[in-house]
Amino acid sequence: MMAVEQISVFVQNEKGALSHVLDALGAANIEIRALSIADTSDFGILRMITDNNKKAQETLKKENYICTLTDVVAAAVDDRPGGLANHVNLLAAAGIDVEYLYAFVTRSDNEACVVFRVNDTENAQKLLEKAGIRLVSQKDIENF
Amino acid sequence: MEQRYYQKEIETMPYAQMKKLQSERLVRQVRHVWDNVPYYRSLMEKKGVTPDDIHGVEDLHLLPFISKADLRDQYPYGLLATDLKNCVRIQSTSGTTGRRVVAFYTLKDVDLWEECCARAIVAAGGSREDVVQIGYGYGLFTGGAGLHGGSHKVGCLTLPMSSGNTERQIQFMMDLRATILCCTPSYAAYIGEALKDHGYKPSDNHLKAGIFGAEPWTEEMRHDIEAKLGIKAYDIYGLTETSGPGVAFECEEQNGMHVCEDNFIPEIIDPDTGEVLPEGEKGELVFTSITKEAFPLLRYRTRDICVLHRGKCSCGRTLIKMAKPMGRTDDMLIIRGVNVFPSQIETVLLKEGHTPNYQIIVDRVNNTDTLDINVEMTPEAFSDTVKALSAAEQKLAAAIRLMLGITPKVHLVAPKTITRSEGKAVRVIDRRKLHD
Repeated sequence: MMAVEQISVFVQNEKGALSHVLDALGAANIEIRALSIADTSDFGILRMITDNNKKAQETLKKENYICTLTDVVAAAVDDRPGGLANHVNLLAAAGIDVEYLYAFVTRSDNEACVVFRVNDTENAQKLLEKAGIRLVSQKDIENF
Repeated sequence: MEQRYYQKEIETMPYAQMKKLQSERLVRQVRHVWDNVPYYRSLMEKKGVTPDDIHGVEDLHLLPFISKADLRDQYPYGLLATDLKNCVRIQSTSGTTGRRVVAFYTLKDVDLWEECCARAIVAAGGSREDVVQIGYGYGLFTGGAGLHGGSHKVGCLTLPMSSGNTERQIQFMMDLRATILCCTPSYAAYIGEALKDHGYKPSDNHLKAGIFGAEPWTEEMRHDIEAKLGIKAYDIYGLTETSGPGVAFECEEQNGMHVCEDNFIPEIIDPDTGEVLPEGEKGELVFTSITKEAFPLLRYRTRDICVLHRGKCSCGRTLIKMAKPMGRTDDMLIIRGVNVFPSQIETVLLKEGHTPNYQIIVDRVNNTDTLDINVEMTPEAFSDTVKALSAAEQKLAAAIRLMLGITPKVHLVAPKTITRSEGKAVRVIDRRKLHD
């Protein structure tokens, strides 16, 4: 339904590793809408939402990168104190675990967007929608 | 009709007859070496042995050993047993563990070596109908030259690819319908991964068999390669010092390698005392080449740890079998006082569903040995959460600890980043040596 697809890339902790990924995507004319990096001492996981995940995946595979597509929930958050807390509280109350989250901005003035990676995407979506929260769709992101 | 043996008479010779043949050849070889190699003569004199003491294989144990150190000391001509003008070829070891060893061959030496390789190809189901892709390095390394010659002898169409350039390997493999692949097992696994990356299923290629050697590999790795390429994977054994690949080879039983004992007499010894061990006991493998003219080695200590077994084989061959070497006396790492063979770590990795692409890094920090293992990531093992990847690292570390008794640090690394030289994977980096 409204789930958004995120592409995650395995990046070794090495000088220039990140620029190599970004150069490859740039050369393929892919726009990155949102991103975050999780890092350990050995490796990083670069998570992105792009305007063309299929093409991004093909491009990176050709360059020998390992990547995977995951469904995440992207929701609008009011640009005011406590805006994000509201969402997280709802999920916690319903017993949905948040693995990680990251924010990105849209062209709207009074809205931010947050990507949630949860253990139950479908129920998280239903729950947020029922609470009157606007979910951001793949199309919304592609057409920013 | 399917060809079962390359040289039936020799490969199925009753042992009593083989022993007689070996004895004749050994007596002649000892005399040849005594007459032509002053260094051997001095070794024998030191042990108080002369050619008159050697009447047959039962006297083999009287002869002195020769080791890799002797070969290095005598580089380049010290062990040459014939006039240089009778030699037509040299081959050389990779020199990764020290100074190179150079081996010389007469035309007859090359011929007998290629015959051994031809036996291996036929044992793997090869005939003149087959297309043999040689992905071993050509040049000083014996892998390419040996299998190439053997393939010619059998009458196969031979693709002299050498190692590397995987794109071209795949193109020729598919376009020219290669049926038998010869390369190192680590390169075979790598080609298998590359085929998958190209979108080929194991059934898309025409390969039926592979002949893989020149580096240690495990049963788990055999299963992995067989699944990836859709073939039967056969082991082949050899070393530059005795000739090259083909000293021993597997038959359809895939259960130990038949030694070409008409050319090479194997023994198993206790590596510490040098005492010959009875058949079936584990120890260091020793070879005596009884037909080589230019570079004959008597009782060469291979440092491979192995078991010999003479029994009835369903393939009909009577040649004694050697087990897959369990490691090398010089491959063995001593980490925090524990004996560690890279093959043990490989076994764990494959059992845990990882690739056999790994590298072991041993170092010494604050007087304590450290063991780090880099393992290449696979698409199947990848996840978008750190939790899952860290858990995979920890699970591997725990499984290795269970096997070795010491705790390693496991690091997942990007695919195809672990060094491969001449198609041989660099498995161990021991940084402790730098501090000595």
